[in-house]
This record gives sequence, structure tokens and C-alpha cells, in this order.
Amino acid sequence: MNRFITSGALAALFAFAGSAAYAQGAAPAAGTDWNAVIIFAAFVLLTLGITYWAAKHTHTTKDFYAAGGGVSGFRNGLAIAGDYMSAASFLGISALVFSTGYYGLIYSIGFLVGWPIIMFLMAEPLKNLGRFTFADVVSYRLQPTPIRAMAATGTLVTVAFYLIAQMVGAGQLIELLFGLPYISAVIIVGVLMVIYVTFGGMIATTWVQLIKAGLLLLGATLMSVLVLAQFGFNFNALVTKAIETHPSHGAILLPGAAVANPISAISLGMALMFGTAGLPHILMRFFTVKDAKEARKSVFWATTFIGYFYILTFIIGFGAIVLVSANPAYHDAKGALLGGGNMPAIHLAHAVGGDLMKGFIAAVAFATILAVVSGLTLAGASAVSHDLYASVFRHGRVDEAAEVRASRITTVILGIIAIILGVLFEKVNVAFMVGLAFAVAASANFPVLLLAMLWKGLTTRGAFIGGFVGLILAVVLTGLSPGIWEAVFGFPKGSAWFPYTSPAIFSMPAAFLVAWLVSITDKSKSAMMERAAYEAQYVRQQTGIGSEGAATH
Amino acid sequence: MDDATVRQIESDPNFKKLVHDRTTFGWTLAIIMLAIYYGFIALVAFAPSVIAVKIAGSITIGIILGLAIILAAILLTGIYVMRANAEYDDLTAAIVAKVKGGK
Repeated sequence: MNRFITSGALAALFAFAGSAAYAQGAAPAAGTDWNAVIIFAAFVLLTLGITYWAAKHTHTTKDFYAAGGGVSGFRNGLAIAGDYMSAASFLGISALVFSTGYYGLIYSIGFLVGWPIIMFLMAEPLKNLGRFTFADVVSYRLQPTPIRAMAATGTLVTVAFYLIAQMVGAGQLIELLFGLPYISAVIIVGVLMVIYVTFGGMIATTWVQLIKAGLLLLGATLMSVLVLAQFGFNFNALVTKAIETHPSHGAILLPGAAVANPISAISLGMALMFGTAGLPHILMRFFTVKDAKEARKSVFWATTFIGYFYILTFIIGFGAIVLVSANPAYHDAKGALLGGGNMPAIHLAHAVGGDLMKGFIAAVAFATILAVVSGLTLAGASAVSHDLYASVFRHGRVDEAAEVRASRITTVILGIIAIILGVLFEKVNVAFMVGLAFAVAASANFPVLLLAMLWKGLTTRGAFIGGFVGLILAVVLTGLSPGIWEAVFGFPKGSAWFPYTSPAIFSMPAAFLVAWLVSITDKSKSAMMERAAYEAQYVRQQTGIGSEGAATH
Repeated sequence: MDDATVRQIESDPNFKKLVHDRTTFGWTLAIIMLAIYYGFIALVAFAPSVIAVKIAGSITIGIILGLAIILAAILLTGIYVMRANAEYDDLTAAIVAKVKGGK
């Protein structure tokens, strides 16, 4: 098996170097940044080495889905931060602050505040009830077949939207920095993530996250220090200069036109806060630790690292306004930003630290994308192999080796689908896709998961219908919102059926309401048994008695 | 876990204390966090001009609030972990020991 890793990795690297050289000769405008290529290649070699090692330790389903269950709270917290701080956060938020000022910071804040809620209400029961996926928790006392089918659908839809955003981001970034054609960039990302996940499972994915999170925190810290150094470490001077420089001047300190109506602002706030608590690749990380105590520590460290990172986005965003927007070197003849709207952070790295810093930050951004897509792919693959294949189709009559094999096959298929989606959606707005993924997670996954843990009255019928109502409503309303109806489908401005930017304010309460209503009117015999079974679940989720400890090997 | 064990644990005073303390504390902190965040979102939604009011130099209420909310999120999770590690784990261990001892 390890021979495959080596040969696959070599093929990817050759394709990479070959097309980089080709692009160098063919398109002089988009020169290859060799600093970035070398640093990134070092990251890839290191992580492939780890995957080679991890593959030797990946035998059981517990190894594959949960890294054996023995990851420490601190390391898991850092890995969660790695999963969560996507390139969309790093490039997207700094780009948003760059163009709109304070509006971007609302995202920074919203992305963090879901974490305390996860800590106070969900982390411990999640760990005490689940094994590998959040569907384990929801189906603990409900009927596994419909519930897992519903949860797997929610997982796959969330993962698909999030994957598209990351793939498109990766393609654009690599096109600009490495001078590679978009499609080969998407293929490289797809191939590498499949190698990590197929061979190394959660063990390799965790290490990729750890290294990436360390690099990203280091890179963002370095950039912030270098930016502040230019202003005598005076944040006030930086903001003052930003107001002077930005074409909107003082208006950049306002929340912005994008939250022109209160419903949109509240709806976005809900999607950001509760979406975090419904992201399957994040929830999955709670099963990699030994017990509830380590789960708690994980959330604390994750919150600390993520919060610290988002504070840095304040500095990086305002720094980009001052140091990038006024510099003609980062703009083309027409005044548009080189490489597109997502690139202010990359140009800022060049402005404060020259070519080497730019290469480093670019490589970190690419590594970030690679790590996040790996986590997403693993979450998607476990939904298919653990929830759909092992439980829904085989009713649990499947041995571990077969389940791990199914998961590996799914990973390869998901990789191919991700590459196709990345190519199809090349022009889509990355930040918007992430927003959609959060809205679906907040409306489909989060309500059902929370009710399953906290409300005795939830029945299979209620969870199933409620979950699907949230899912369908989130997707349909988004399709009818200006961001898709007008921007993607091309209908005239103002014709969108749904006028708000995020559906969460309607779709999330609808999911709760329907799940509640259907549950209380469910008089079936199985519903009665499910309510009665809550007591035992409650004792286990409070104490952890009966849940699995760490792997022994 | 059989029914008898469930009953036994449920009647354990340590279990009652654990559930009561943790639920009350968890929800209190969750409501504090929700109030802080939705207070901020309400400000953004209904009084956006307040966000841009300058306090010191170019530093606005919005920037201070943003930093304060991020720090509050970290602080609240820290407070929860400290209390949980100090109290809840001991209670849980006592409950588990009793169940094992009773068998």
C-alpha cells in the first residue's frame, strides 16, 4: 500500500513541477513564485512522510475515523483550529476587510462565537455518546436507518458546498502564485487530499491539520508584527491611515451596506454562530479524544487559537488597506487587484516582507486549503461508509476491514467529485459558498443534534422530517436569494424571491419547530420507546459510563 | 447499561448534583454569550452608526466591541473548563466508582 503513496505522490509532484515549468515558459505574465513552490513542496513531502507512517498504524475503523481515539486535548484543539481556519477565513476575511472595512470584522467575530456554545452545551455529551460521526449521537436512541440517512445527507451537502469553496480558492491561488493552469491546480489538491485520507485516515489528517495550524498561526503573527512595525506598533495610527487611504474613507468603520437590513444581519449572525456547531468535519474531531475532559480541553484550545487568529485579521485587513490598495505594483493597468479579489493578504505579505514572505504566506495558504479539504473529505467519506454503507445498507452486518475499505473507496470517489465540482464552479464566489455551507449546517445538522441530546421528546419521525425541512429550506432559500438568483442565474436585479443574504433566520427555527411539532404529535409505539430510552442516554451523556475510552494499542 | 444501573445512577446524589450544577452553569454561560453576541448583532442591525463612534483617535466602539467579544468567548470557555476540571470530573469519578463498586 505504501508503494502506492510513494508513486502517487511522485506523480503529483512531477505533474506539479512539470506544469509549473510549462507555465513559466508559456505565460510570462503569471510568473512562478519559486519560494512558494519550494516551501509548499517541503510541506507536501513532510506530510506525505507522515502519511506513510500513519498508514502503518491505520488498521481498524477507530484508527481510520478517530485516529485511535487517543489524541490529547491540546493537540486536538490545535487540529480543530486547523480544520476551522480555512483559506476562506484567512484570504476571504482579509479581502473583505480590505474592500469593505468593518463589515469583514463582523465575520471574524461571528466565526468565533459558536465555540463557547459548543463547549457549554454540546462537547461533553457529543464525546460521551458518539463513536465516529455525529449521526452516532442522533441515532443513539432513534431508528438508525432513517436517522443516519438524514444525517449523512446533511453531512454530504455541507461538505460539498464547503469543498467547492476550498477547491475554487485553491485553483485561483495556485493559478496566480505558481503560474499553473486552474485545472491542474484543482487536480493536485484533489490527488494529495485523496492520498492523505485514503492511506493515513484520521491519523494523517490530524497531523496535516497540526502542521498547517502551526504554520498559519506563525505566518499570520509574523505578518501582523511586520504590519504594526510600520506604524510604530500603534494600532490607532494604522486605522487612521486606513481611513485616509481607503476610497470610502470614514465609512469603512461602519458595518457596511451589506447589512443594510436588520433581518440579513441577524440571519448571517445565526448562520455563523450555529453553523459552527453543525459542521461535520468539526464534530468528527470530538471523537478523536479519550474522554469528555479532553473534549473540553480541545474546545478551550481551539477557541483560544481561533480567537487569536481572528484578532490578527483585524490588523492584517487594515494593513492591507494601507499597504496594498495604494500601491500600483499590486494592481493591473485598469486598477484591479492582481490575481483577483481574494489576494490582499498575499500582496500584503509581499509589501511587508518581500518575495520570501510572500512565498511563505502563499505556501501556507495552499497548505491550509489542502488540510481543510482533507478534513472535509474524511467527514464525507465516514458519512458514506459508516452511516450509509455499514448502517443503512448492511444494517451493521459488516466487518471493520470492509468498512475501512468502503471508506477508502468513497474517499477516491469524493476526490474525483471534488475535482469536477472545482472545475464546474470556477467562477463562484468563495465566501458565498462558505456562507451557504454554514447555513445548511446550522439548519439541518445543528437543530437535530441539539434536540437529540437535550430533549427527551424527540422521535425518529420528528428528527427525520425536521432535519430535511431545515436542509431543503436552507438550500432552496439560498437559491432564491440575490446571491444565486441574480448573480449566478442572471435574473434582473431586485427579482430575487428571497431578499436576504442568509436563510438561517427562517430555515433554522423552521427545523426546530417542525422537529418539535412532528415529535409531540407522534403517537407511534416506537416513539414511546424512544422517549423512554432517553433516560439511559441521559445518564451516559452526563457521565460517560458505557462510552469507549482510548484505543489500547 | 441495564435499567437497574440507570436507576441507581439517577438516584445517586452526586449525579443529581453534577447534572444540576453543570446544566445551570452551562446554560448561564451560554446565555451570557448569546446575549453578548446578539446584543452586538442588534447594534449592527438597528444602530449601525454607533459602531463607528470614535472613542480614542480612530479607534471606534465597533473595534473595541469586536475585540471584547473575542476575548469574552475565550474567557468564558476558560472559566467553564476550570470549573469543570475542578468539580465535575471529581463528581463523575465518584459516580463511576459507585457503579463499579456496586457490581
